[in-house]
Amino acid sequence: METPEKVIEVTGLAVGYGGRAILEDMNFEVRRGEIFGILGGSGCGKSTLLKHLIGLYRPLSGDIRIFGEALNGSGGKARRNLMRRFGVTYQGGALFGSMTLLENVMLPLEEFTALSAAERAEKAMAKLGMVGLTDFADYLPAEISGGMTKRAGLARALVLDPELLFFDEPSAGLDPITSAGLDKLILNLRDQSRAAIVMVTHELESIFSIVDRVIVLDRGTRGIIETGDPRVMRSHSGNDFVREFLNRDGMTREHYEYHGEKE
Amino acid sequence: MVRNKVKDFVTGVGRGTYDEVSGAVNRIGFVGDVVSAVAEVVVSPRKLRWRDVLYYLDLCGRKSVPIVAAICFLMGAIVAFQSAFQMRKYGAELYVADLLAFSLLKELGPLMVAVIATGRAGSSFAAEIGTMKVDEEINALETMGIKPVRFLVIPKLLAMMVSLPLLTVIGDVVGILGGLTVAQVYLGMPASTYMARTIDVLVPSVFCMGVLKTVFFAICITLIGCHCGFAAGTDAQGVGRATTRAVVSGIFAVVLGDAVLTLIYMAWGY
Repeated sequence: METPEKVIEVTGLAVGYGGRAILEDMNFEVRRGEIFGILGGSGCGKSTLLKHLIGLYRPLSGDIRIFGEALNGSGGKARRNLMRRFGVTYQGGALFGSMTLLENVMLPLEEFTALSAAERAEKAMAKLGMVGLTDFADYLPAEISGGMTKRAGLARALVLDPELLFFDEPSAGLDPITSAGLDKLILNLRDQSRAAIVMVTHELESIFSIVDRVIVLDRGTRGIIETGDPRVMRSHSGNDFVREFLNRDGMTREHYEYHGEKE
Repeated sequence: MVRNKVKDFVTGVGRGTYDEVSGAVNRIGFVGDVVSAVAEVVVSPRKLRWRDVLYYLDLCGRKSVPIVAAICFLMGAIVAFQSAFQMRKYGAELYVADLLAFSLLKELGPLMVAVIATGRAGSSFAAEIGTMKVDEEINALETMGIKPVRFLVIPKLLAMMVSLPLLTVIGDVVGILGGLTVAQVYLGMPASTYMARTIDVLVPSVFCMGVLKTVFFAICITLIGCHCGFAAGTDAQGVGRATTRAVVSGIFAVVLGDAVLTLIYMAWGY
């Protein structure tokens, strides 16, 4: 079977703030159709790494290539075109409070396409339908629940049909049922679009049910301590921290069954 | 011990200098972003969110009318009363109308409206953008390839540049009415006499120069408010501090700008 193309390629990456490195010498890649998890304890730099991967910050050193193009080397129109190819969903949804859900989802279409208002609305409604929010199109973000906000954020991230999706803690703050629903949605998205998905998460349920491969970050060593399939690492990792991290209690029968369904 | 104190002092001076210089570079960069966004919108007006411009026109303009009218009416009345009290001693109370019209149109009206706008709009811009930063909405804009300055600053800037001169005209008129009320009640001056003297003073250049100042004030207030929002820390306290900074810096910039513009006008003979 042919190996899927590399969507993200990270080489010798060091990230941090104010010249101080939080993570160093990182090398990994993400391939098309893969759900890739970034794991690690609190304060180890997961969100910092994600912010570098989506181009919000410049790395201290090293290279991030997305679709073969250097993320930080490209500027202006080239960078804009590159950013158009990926979508990002934020922990709190990051919806614009003064706009309805429909307007939020339509925003990238207004910026990047020459579609008419009716076509934009139609496409945005289709994406809201995908995440089950058609009936809430005219609601403001303040009028819906946290889970709905995340789904609306996902609809906005999907509206330009990205080939790469980033999720920052998609299940954080959600009840187990809503969280499982969101996991299922992410899985369906990957299966339908063959997009690569990168997610920062703490949720073991999500890790075991939908993630194909993970990197585990460590604050002490300031880097990646292990890479691989979390289900294998859970029992066969040679690293105590990784085994402990992946063997916390709290797994539910539903999630094991859900994982079974996937396979 | 002494060596440590010297080391701390030198470190403090170095860090302070670095912070000030990087802050100045950051502010210059922000102004550059604004200029670039203005050029982008001039070339392609479709990129401006006109609905947001209307929203801010309503927020900064229409909704400010009651407070501007109330304060300018009282200010006109107070200035007229104080000057009448002094001028009466010399039998010069007739000139209260001249004094009030001249000072109100040239200085007090634009300045007072700008201070009110700093308190209302400048603080609101800083709090709004600061909160958006906390909620990662600014990050979301950047990752969607949308320039936050064009999206968030330009509509506010345009709305302020339109609404502040209009508010100043309203403030000037209402302030003169405040003076008229005092002139009638306290001095027993007929309204026709008061208005005739006011109209004598109202040369178009004085009026236009006063109103023109407010365009400059609008730019200062908006840019300072928005920049404070963008520079806010990513917590509730950070937003609070940004809001305070927007008001204090905004008022200082307005007063300083007024002083500079007054000197320039004087040099030009106005």
